[in-house]
Amino acid sequence: MHPCISLTINGVQRVIELADPRVTLLDLLRERLHLTGTKKGCDRGQCGACTILVDGRRINSCLALAVSHDGADITTIEGIARGEELHPLQAAFIAHDGFQCGFCTPGQIMSALGLINEGQAGGDAERIREGMSGNLCRCGAYAGITEAVLEQHNKLTEAKEKRVA
Amino acid sequence: MKSFEYVRPASVAEAIIAASQPGAAYLAAGTNLLDLMKAGVCRPHRLVDVTRLPGLDRIEPLADGGVRIGALVRNADLAHDTAFARAYPAVAEALLSGASAQLRNAATVGGNVLQRTRCAYFYDVASPCNKREPGIGCGARHGENRLHAVLGWSDACIATHPSDFCVPLVALDAVVEIEGAGGRREVRLEDLHLLPGAAPAVETVLAPGDLLTAVRLPAGANSLSRHARYLKVRERTSYAFAVVSAAACLSIDRGRIVEARLALGGVAAKPWRARDAEAMLAGGAPNSANFRRAADAALADAKASGDNEFKIELARRIMVRALALAAAGTPERIPALPASPFATQSGALLDA
Repeated sequence: MHPCISLTINGVQRVIELADPRVTLLDLLRERLHLTGTKKGCDRGQCGACTILVDGRRINSCLALAVSHDGADITTIEGIARGEELHPLQAAFIAHDGFQCGFCTPGQIMSALGLINEGQAGGDAERIREGMSGNLCRCGAYAGITEAVLEQHNKLTEAKEKRVA
Repeated sequence: MKSFEYVRPASVAEAIIAASQPGAAYLAAGTNLLDLMKAGVCRPHRLVDVTRLPGLDRIEPLADGGVRIGALVRNADLAHDTAFARAYPAVAEALLSGASAQLRNAATVGGNVLQRTRCAYFYDVASPCNKREPGIGCGARHGENRLHAVLGWSDACIATHPSDFCVPLVALDAVVEIEGAGGRREVRLEDLHLLPGAAPAVETVLAPGDLLTAVRLPAGANSLSRHARYLKVRERTSYAFAVVSAAACLSIDRGRIVEARLALGGVAAKPWRARDAEAMLAGGAPNSANFRRAADAALADAKASGDNEFKIELARRIMVRALALAAAGTPERIPALPASPFATQSGALLDA
């Protein structure tokens, strides 16, 4: 009998048997659950391509052992659209040319979601850039990424404030 | 990555027993340890997961005016804790200048303090490194060493301690609480990390099984909050370790420095407190001549360990600029680029 962990992934609870404690959340998502939207770039916490939300917070899934995250609530890029309707951030990345090859994009979008949840950036492009500095884009689409994130940061924050009011 | 046994103790006492065996390592977020395990630098037989230990994830104000920070508090949570950031702004700024948002969300206070050097020769298992394999030699000593230590190094090791967080902490007389086989004890953060000497593999005073459970700032550390800055030179704007950094915390009364606290990062195998410089500043005016004299004193014993002579003058200038920024006053809000010499800030000496 191998130890089992329970994870809620994009709203669905999964019980997963872990034969080997070395498995990272990234490898678990990609290799075991075939959720390949989350990308493996450097696998060392330097590029941000593997960014996911764990309990609402963005982290590098390549540096997180799955076995240590029993009970976690995980959101990946596959979990943010509503059916065929793109998440507003996904649509904004298209509208603002926030990518070229697209490899870093899932990580960029999950990181941007985390950044907006954190509520520290305000509507300041420099704070957005600093807050997104853990996500590298080798195509250099940073200008479009910043525009997309800034626009959605302001829209989503405004919507949240309206709900509270 | 070498295989390992995974254990998750329910109490600190169980954790200490589980981690006391040779080849055992504590696992918190794993942002440094997993990286080292993937590179084959660390090859633990057993990981003792401390992330579920109760009571270690709190930021507790103490009755005497100090604060206790549990070892499992995440770097981001500490930096964004409003009361903490107001009382210890240089610590918050240092935290936010380190790593990336993703890493700060995961990485813990204890893990930050105990993180390993980023010396490339330590990371490269094909290179000799006296930390990894005592006695085999140091690849950095005559290698690519422009970022290495200029204070406290030895021929056996010229690595630096990479933490930003530790720099203002050591300036503010932080203490670490440790639980071990012999019970609970406390060590000044300044005494936790060891200089390399002839035995660079021994990096701290911790014994096998010792668990860092909290970092404490003493009463009075918050009295320097109005003039407190951390400044860090990186090789890119963000998401990089310090080439050199400095924490400066002052208390100023009627145009005179009452008390000064100074420490440097990226220059030695430990966060480097500059006590001589502090003493020199006390009682004087906060002006650039005094700042420069203090910086000269702080770096008086500095010596290049290779192609890094430039770091000595850079450290002086960063210290002078950190002092000038601190004297100008803690900003209302941490700058968009925390600790960056490129951030515009009134009172900054951009050519110091």
